[in-house]
Amino acid sequence: MSTLVEQPSAPPAKRLDVERIRRDFPTLQERIRDKPLVYLDNAATTQKPLTVIYALQRYYAAENANIHRGVHFLSQQATFAYERSRARIRQFINAEENPELIFVRGTTEGINLVAQTFGRQQIGTGDEIIVSYMEHHSNIVPWQMLCEEKGAKLQVVPIDDSGQFLFDEYEKLLSERTKLVAVTHASNALGSINPVKEITALAHRWGAKVLVDGAQAVPHLSVDVGDMDCDFYAFSGHKLFGPTGVGILYGKRELLEEMPPYHGGGEMIRSVTFEKTTYNDLPNKFEAGTPNIAGGIAMEAAVDYVNAIGRERIAAYETDLLDYGTELLSQIDGLNLIGTAREKVGVLSFTLDAAHPHDIGTILDTEGIAIRTGHHCAQPVMQRFGVPATARASLAFYNTREEIDALAAALRKVIEVFS
Amino acid sequence: MSELRELYQQIILDHNKNPRNFGPLADANRHQEGYNPLCGDHLHVHLQLEGDVIQGISFEGSGCAISKASASLMTSALKGKSVAEAEELFTRFHEMATSEADAPVDREKLGKMAVFAGVREFPMRVKCATLAWHTAKAALDESGDAVSTE
Repeated sequence: MSTLVEQPSAPPAKRLDVERIRRDFPTLQERIRDKPLVYLDNAATTQKPLTVIYALQRYYAAENANIHRGVHFLSQQATFAYERSRARIRQFINAEENPELIFVRGTTEGINLVAQTFGRQQIGTGDEIIVSYMEHHSNIVPWQMLCEEKGAKLQVVPIDDSGQFLFDEYEKLLSERTKLVAVTHASNALGSINPVKEITALAHRWGAKVLVDGAQAVPHLSVDVGDMDCDFYAFSGHKLFGPTGVGILYGKRELLEEMPPYHGGGEMIRSVTFEKTTYNDLPNKFEAGTPNIAGGIAMEAAVDYVNAIGRERIAAYETDLLDYGTELLSQIDGLNLIGTAREKVGVLSFTLDAAHPHDIGTILDTEGIAIRTGHHCAQPVMQRFGVPATARASLAFYNTREEIDALAAALRKVIEVFS
Repeated sequence: MSELRELYQQIILDHNKNPRNFGPLADANRHQEGYNPLCGDHLHVHLQLEGDVIQGISFEGSGCAISKASASLMTSALKGKSVAEAEELFTRFHEMATSEADAPVDREKLGKMAVFAGVREFPMRVKCATLAWHTAKAALDESGDAVSTE
């Protein structure tokens, strides 16, 4: 906790000074099993800069009050900070209006909210929902549940051997029955970036709405929901260097207005009698109950941090790091990269002929290297590539070439142990 | 590195590479599927039970080195054992694998199974070591449903 009394360093300078950036992330200074931590599990969750940690601490230590209801000073302060964060996130994704951003617990809740409100209202027997083969379970299961309830049908866009979305196949699946296309912006298991703008334009031609799962894209790419023209866009705070338990669902105003509320309770009402309840305006209609106030406020700090570095600079740096990693891992005999699409975020998913992913993960852990092993909540992807699991190294802007070198060296060690 | 050597002992690496009793079992009269959904470890245990004695036992499937070696060593240990002996060994193995990392290991009673004591340093890997045993026990109990370690 001693780090909490220090002041965070100023936002990084114009150049991407990774050494300096790394000093802003206390966890990156940790030693694991007596080795410096090499954190390559950023697609699961990212580390937090001090500014985010301070924002959480400041709220609980000095500003703690409930929002939107108190007339007292602290409540107004908290409300102001919470709403300022919403506005900052709106700019960050280039949405038109603040009420189009609903604070949720994370991407999963954002998708479920749409399924349970828009979905239950708009989708009926014989209608179709299109997802892709590379979706995370959280962008499959809510739609399956809805299809089961409504007698609707789930259609799946296939991917090619590189893990690329097959646009022609998508085009064939669209019809007047299609009511919704739910697709990821970037795949957590493969890294593939999808042409969400083109996907959206085509869906709109058939009158279908589009939900984009932005969990893996927002931390790495410039996201512009206005330009993309998607109807819904969901993402999580904790993958964007912010706290867990908070995320955003963006929705176009006219759709959100038409949708029934998700949860009933306080905050989401205008007036309640036993005869009739009138719902509140956006975004409160979808924000029943006391939310994760600290998390919501700290999201502003996370967004500011990313903005200070600059998303284009982040994307360029990460692409370079990904290219370096791809090249280095490709040189390892018996290593198979899974997911080699042309456009990728920093995900290196792979198997080794010599060892099962879990053995790889354990041996890397003894070297202080944190990666993810398993099916990455994307079992259809594993089935598509005929593997039970993969090992996955996923990058963020604070990773370095030296860390990729350490990964490659440790993988050679795995092969040695199992040879 | 010492923890690593403790976990991946030569005997484990050997059984992973050349698993014993691997494949179908012609005269099997009990079958059980076991699955570790978190990891994707997936195996089938086949048993040929004659009266009270395990006459034959084999396994098939895919998984990590720990789960495969554990299944291989288990099948070697259970062949010819009575159901009661097998269940006793299951209990001993399970107790060992889930005990504190520094708890003493009864190497005499566990025999070769004692090599899996190293998983105690890696809590996420305990299920890999115990999957085959849970599956074999379910086959003996004839519980029917696929075993899941979750």
